[in-house]
Amino acid sequence: MNQTHRLSGGQIDRDRVLNFTFDGQAYKGHAGDTLASALLANGVRLMGRSFKYHRPRGVISSGSEEPNALVELRTGARQEPNTRATVAELYDGLTAQSQNRWPSLAFDALGVNDLFSNFLTAGFYYKTFMWPRAFWEKFYEPIIRRAAGLGSLSMEADPDAYDKGFQHCDLLIIGAGPAGLAAALTAGRNGARVVLADEDFTFGGRLNAEVEEIDGKPARLWAADTVAELKALPNVRLMRRTTVLGAFDHGIYAALERNADHLAVPEADMPRQTLWRIYARQSLLCAGATERMIAFQNNDRPGVMMAGAMRAYANRWAVTAGRQVAVFTNTDSGHRTARDLAALGVEVVGVIDSRPSATALGDYPIFAGAQVIDAKGKLGLTGVTLRRSDGRTQTLACQALGVSGGWNPNVSLTCHQRGRLVWNDQIASFVPGGTLPQGMRSAGAAAGHFSTAQALQSGIEMALAALDSLGLKTTPLPCPRAEDGAYEVTPLWYVPEGKGRKWLDFQNDVTVKDVKLAHQEGFRSVEHLKRYTTLGMATDQGKTSNLGGLAVMAEATGQSIAETGTTIFRPPYTPVALGTLAGRAAGKGFKPTRLTPSHHWAVEQGAVFVEAGLWLRAQYFPRKSETHWRQSVDREALAVRKSVGVCDVTTLGKVDVQGADAAAFLNLVYANGFAKLPVGKCRYGLMLREDGIVMDDGTAARLAEDHFVVTTTTANAGPVYRHMEFVRQCLAPEMDVQLISTTEAWAQFAVAGPNARAVLTRIVDPEHDLSNAAFPFMACGEITVCGGLRARLFRISFSGELAYEIAVPSRYGEALIREIMAAGEAFDITPYGTEALGVLRVEKGHATANELNGQTSADHLGMGRMVSDKKEAIGAVLSRREGLNDPAGLRLMGFEALDGSTTLPAGGHLFATSAPQQGVSEGWLTSVAYSPHLGKSIALGFLERGQARLGEVVTIANPLQGQSLTARVVSPHFIDPEGERLRG
Amino acid sequence: MIIPHPLLGPRDAQEFTYLGDAGLINRPYWLSEDAARAFHDYLYLRDNPAGQHRELWFHEQGDRSWLVVTRDTTSHEILSVELARDVALARRSVA
Amino acid sequence: MRYSALRIAYEALTGHKGWTPAWRDPAPKPAYDYIIIGGGGHGLATAHYLSKVYGKARIAVLEKGWIGGGNVGRNTTIIRSNYLLPGNEPFYEFSMKLWEGLEQDLNYNAMVSQRGIMNLFHTDGQRDAYRRRGNAMILQGSDAELLTAEQVRKEAPFLNFDNARFPIKGALMHRRGGTVRHDAVAWGYARSADSHGVDILQNCEVTGFRIEQGRIQGVETSRGYIGAGKVGVAVAGSSSRVMAMAGMRLPIESHVLQAFVSEGLKPLIPGVITFGAGHFYVSQSDKGGLVFGGDIDGYNSYAQRGNLPLVEDVAEGGMALMPMIGRARLLRMWGGIMDMSMDGSPYIDRTPIEGLYFNGGWCYGGFKATPASGYAFAHLLATDRPHETATAYRLDRSLSGRMIDEKGVGAQPNLH
Repeated sequence: MNQTHRLSGGQIDRDRVLNFTFDGQAYKGHAGDTLASALLANGVRLMGRSFKYHRPRGVISSGSEEPNALVELRTGARQEPNTRATVAELYDGLTAQSQNRWPSLAFDALGVNDLFSNFLTAGFYYKTFMWPRAFWEKFYEPIIRRAAGLGSLSMEADPDAYDKGFQHCDLLIIGAGPAGLAAALTAGRNGARVVLADEDFTFGGRLNAEVEEIDGKPARLWAADTVAELKALPNVRLMRRTTVLGAFDHGIYAALERNADHLAVPEADMPRQTLWRIYARQSLLCAGATERMIAFQNNDRPGVMMAGAMRAYANRWAVTAGRQVAVFTNTDSGHRTARDLAALGVEVVGVIDSRPSATALGDYPIFAGAQVIDAKGKLGLTGVTLRRSDGRTQTLACQALGVSGGWNPNVSLTCHQRGRLVWNDQIASFVPGGTLPQGMRSAGAAAGHFSTAQALQSGIEMALAALDSLGLKTTPLPCPRAEDGAYEVTPLWYVPEGKGRKWLDFQNDVTVKDVKLAHQEGFRSVEHLKRYTTLGMATDQGKTSNLGGLAVMAEATGQSIAETGTTIFRPPYTPVALGTLAGRAAGKGFKPTRLTPSHHWAVEQGAVFVEAGLWLRAQYFPRKSETHWRQSVDREALAVRKSVGVCDVTTLGKVDVQGADAAAFLNLVYANGFAKLPVGKCRYGLMLREDGIVMDDGTAARLAEDHFVVTTTTANAGPVYRHMEFVRQCLAPEMDVQLISTTEAWAQFAVAGPNARAVLTRIVDPEHDLSNAAFPFMACGEITVCGGLRARLFRISFSGELAYEIAVPSRYGEALIREIMAAGEAFDITPYGTEALGVLRVEKGHATANELNGQTSADHLGMGRMVSDKKEAIGAVLSRREGLNDPAGLRLMGFEALDGSTTLPAGGHLFATSAPQQGVSEGWLTSVAYSPHLGKSIALGFLERGQARLGEVVTIANPLQGQSLTARVVSPHFIDPEGERLRG
Repeated sequence: MIIPHPLLGPRDAQEFTYLGDAGLINRPYWLSEDAARAFHDYLYLRDNPAGQHRELWFHEQGDRSWLVVTRDTTSHEILSVELARDVALARRSVA
Repeated sequence: MRYSALRIAYEALTGHKGWTPAWRDPAPKPAYDYIIIGGGGHGLATAHYLSKVYGKARIAVLEKGWIGGGNVGRNTTIIRSNYLLPGNEPFYEFSMKLWEGLEQDLNYNAMVSQRGIMNLFHTDGQRDAYRRRGNAMILQGSDAELLTAEQVRKEAPFLNFDNARFPIKGALMHRRGGTVRHDAVAWGYARSADSHGVDILQNCEVTGFRIEQGRIQGVETSRGYIGAGKVGVAVAGSSSRVMAMAGMRLPIESHVLQAFVSEGLKPLIPGVITFGAGHFYVSQSDKGGLVFGGDIDGYNSYAQRGNLPLVEDVAEGGMALMPMIGRARLLRMWGGIMDMSMDGSPYIDRTPIEGLYFNGGWCYGGFKATPASGYAFAHLLATDRPHETATAYRLDRSLSGRMIDEKGVGAQPNLH
């Protein structure tokens, strides 16, 4: 039988038949269906299992708040867990599986939990599983973890793309029911820039679910006409399938647009979803209201649902969950359901209205002053038992029960900035109050206006108010004529009769008894209640359950609900895929990749690359005969010491410092003196943070009286520039000095080795004298190369060899490396990467990031005396604190292995050989390298009283890798300590 | 958040890097008698108010201005924004 | 009342009528020997150890709202003792050992679950730093293993090994790290402290200190004046506000840290994984939700909510690390107010006011410290001497230049 429960009418396209499967069973539905409506059409009421007791559950809502009908949608890498069947648009070929059950939905082995529910009350797990101690991780917890959880992930990488976008508007309208549409029309006609967003795939909200008229035509046609007019307005953007997730500071909203969830797979180049950041000057919340349950015994049977949902399924989707239906209500909402279903030919066996004075709205049996006290049918409702006003019980056979306990405004977004809700006695619910997010108002049912006429009216008024606040000229809109019934509710939160379980939070299996137990045990504040019972922590975040739980607690404490309080709604309004929040930033696109000017050339050379922050740098350049990276690195390092090598050092930060006070400025920024540095000279600079710890080091080159170029380490290029701007703007505002970062503007290469000058002479234009006398160690200058190209030349050395760094505008960087390689051919010039660079600098004893880790003082580096006390400098005062200058404190030293076969471990801890290897060590190794020059493993490291321990053999404890080694303490300058080579 | 830049108009806070209390502009004199204590208090101690807070933001992905933003730390409302250099210069002229 | 499986069975069969409140709701007494301000994890733990271990009586915990409502009620539940510096590691290892016996000590199942923590590294430099840290941990009595990329793949095959912007080169594994059911920590300490006679006074906001001749006399509260012999303040997040009432400025800023939880999922992540290159960390709760977070928002705030850029930043880190979570949904996010100290490490110390003691500056790492913090603070209150594992947490350490700066970023709280 196909679509046995389909009625006439509805907003489905009966000409388009869609095939789908649920738990492997094939079904048919129509375009316009949701998975839930299509399943109901096929007589399927059992759609899920609850979290804790694995109770059989059916759909209770027709919206995003659905706590029960959660499925795994799609298969393979696109499988998505916990998708609400109520918002999953049907498409041809849809496949869905029920979840949290084994082996099948109808027979779930863990349904046994339900039998023991009396033992598994709220918080039971805090009171047991404590013995024996070791059993928690090994035994109890694995069982609990396996049983817990809802749906499962495929564990495959998500194949879909996600996008992000920005929008700006005068007025963001959240929800396109009667209030939202009226507001959009008002603002749109008045010329404001409007964004109208609705989570549904059809605009109109409840108007699609109700039988009523606006301006004399069916309400859903009024909605369609209004949408058509809005579409024609260029200043209005309509966004269906778009959920506003959160309200953030200063009128920024996050919204999720589902671009392709209604398709089997996204079309080519189509994102699955888009995260919009909407910058709204004003916003209007028209998110409607959510119907609430009345708890009674077994009110969770599949087939029990909200009366408004039952009506929506009938009117919009032409579906009934049962041939015979009953309604349990304390408002007129239930009667509308009975009236509409009866009109569609469904047998309404009775409306049970707890209000003694209730009257019928149509031709169906009414039980005024009665209450439903039980529901029968484990896997699907078969009947309800009621207590009539005359005190007698009666059983009605039915397959579906619509329940209406009243409606709660959807106020979540008003709370995202911690606005406090206000209790409204008339609707017995909370309405927006206190401080709303900047520029936000509410209208319609979200503001507690429950008739269509009131919704339209408040939508218009609030839109006008929003526009007025922006100073826009407005003309009011005539309010359309519509139903204006008074909303009357006599709160009934739960039916007192009966000892069985009465369900409040369906997904998390929280009952009236659980709330009372929480009260009994002292968990009485709202937050304690929530956390102890898990009430409201399910995927609906309490939209269907919170108020009921609060009401039970209020009754127990004897306080009003308003005094009992409410938990805080937090973003997101409905759960959002993590992929959407991440957007394109996945895989290699996680962060930008910065390439050096010589990158493409290095690729041609077969270089191996390594990440250095966001940069990709050549790590080494293997030759065909080399099978281990060490062979390449040793060769490169030796080549530098023997002849000449070239390395791209563009990644070092560069800051141009210009102005009459440039020297004075650097004198303030660096701990050592810069005021007297001659033009044409470089100087090593030690930069401290204000707390006296070394921030960075580098060189400053004085190209002119009023012009310096400062270099920083690669990692600190950004922070150092920011710091220098802070000093300039905030601490030295009177100085005539300007800064600009030129890291990307200049390509820079180190040319190092005894033949460095010989190579450069072939490139540098002949009018520039590179002789040792004319351009000595630490000289710098602006020159030209290759026949007139402007360049900068610095005679600085990281390797300890005769060395230069040469810079040209970045776009010539690749050309320059090729020129240098050609010029160096005669000297067998060797390109070297970051590994050899590291070896050379360890051999020379230069500190880098491993040593300058933000915990190092100048004294630790043996540079305490560089911190001048003759001038003002950032960090100088606090660098003199005793804790940073302990005579028994750490000192940067060199360490060498006692033989050629030992490899020293960076991160190994240092102890005197006589000391036990435990507790606080005397230091650690920061950087290690195999020195091909010395033929052994060497290291830099910090050692307590290191300067007094030259020659001592110390223990290196590396228990992490089961090692205990020894090394000799030596000077950190392994190569040429006198500095003769670099001055040659 | 949106920071109304005095020169550039409203800018998303994502363009900025935060430093902290604008008191960091008031750096002590390096030769003062109690310089060690003064620098310590300047660098380490904070009023940390729940309410109006004057604080330094750097327009790193913009014009590289340091700004002094007066912001309520309980609501995040921004009450005023000044160029930090102007604030620093005004302080000098008072001193 | 003693909790046990038998007790549950008995109550289940007798209608659950015998359960009593987990803690009393007493009226304030005129004076106490010890007043702890702050009914969060640290304050309640302090009361527990002060009464149970140090045998003190006449103790009250004063809580402005409901107990456990501060950061113990809004964190990502991680416990670990994987610190680098000598001032920290023994303290956190002490804390870990207290966690390991917590349930038996409290007769309350806080679900201490040592499923391991993996800190991933992506460069040789990070590996060297983790080797230094791992060795320090072992030398101080904790546990650590250095895993290769292949070993990481065995532990967590779902990580992005093949298309990563920052390839995983290995990890520092700390097997005794894990998670704890955070609310239960507050409740367990409260219940135990209450059973040892501690008065837990909720909805009792401290509005001022009464200080005479440099000595604390008592506190003004929303429920009246309460005299005190000694007052311990443990109100992280609000430390500056409370201590300002005693005329003190602190080396602390208040910042917001956001945390996130996904919808419930069947088990996929065994322990805790941290992805330093992406400012992201994640674990999976016993209920099935992925619990994750990243950096603090980075600006001073008392607003208990964060902003969207950080949310996106965290999600980006998650997707970069584990591309299979793209279709898992974020369920809830929240913000807590952190005491961000100037070097990233806490304070447990006396103050210049006699009888007034301070515990705070926990940054975003206070949860794991809860037992040791309570123990050490109780020790200080009871003996006037710092506990042996907490001697470095002095308020004057920045004056002497003995900062405990694990990250090495200096006196800028939002970078810690």
